[in-house]
Amino acid sequence: MSSVNDPKKQRIEKYIDENLKKVFSDLEDDQMPDQIIDLLSVLRAQDERLKQEK
Amino acid sequence: MSHPDPKDEIVTHLPALRAFALSLTRNRATADDMMQDTVLKAWTNIEKFQPGTNMRAWLFTILRNNYYTSRRKLNREVADIDNAFSDTLSVKPDHDGRLQMMDFKVAFDQLADEHREALILVGGSGFSYEDAAKMCSVATGTMKSRVNRARAKLTELLSLEDDAVLELTDAATMAVVGSPRIPS
Repeated sequence: MSSVNDPKKQRIEKYIDENLKKVFSDLEDDQMPDQIIDLLSVLRAQDERLKQEK
Repeated sequence: MSHPDPKDEIVTHLPALRAFALSLTRNRATADDMMQDTVLKAWTNIEKFQPGTNMRAWLFTILRNNYYTSRRKLNREVADIDNAFSDTLSVKPDHDGRLQMMDFKVAFDQLADEHREALILVGGSGFSYEDAAKMCSVATGTMKSRVNRARAKLTELLSLEDDAVLELTDAATMAVVGSPRIPS
């Protein structure tokens, strides 16, 4: 059984974590969908209206 | 001293929130619905966010709770997958690197929800085991165990115990992760 300090195990973990970071970074670069951009505009406009009513 | 509006901070976490949604749901339409619900909930319940705490963790928690609640409501044990995750393959500098990354994504897709989630939170997003455990409402030891089991499963699926495979993947990974736009 491999120990925590097993160099091979550490190498595999490093490989997995590097790939995970790359995958996550790729997904972060995915274009934000229009429905989210539109929702933010609606929420901001709503907040602005409420602020003016106060 | 005036505090910045936490609603402005929500916007800065949206790319990471979307990455988490895509990796969790593996379906673009579902990920977008989850994102929309999360943004709406966070925005309208902003007074429940405690300034000074981790907003990204707060948003991720809302999203994952939404996801699992909706899965339970639909009584779906198996997610509706459209390969949104493994399809997101940007142009890589090297052919072998591209193939290795695709293999990695396909293997990652095969992990159980809780293992995929644990790996993306700890390995992909850089949360501590403690924070990830809190977000998933489990003990820190359980989170560590999920991450270890997920890594073991990936090791098996990608045959990483094989020295020759590991040599190849190391070279291919360097071609991909060595790209200058990747943050260290």
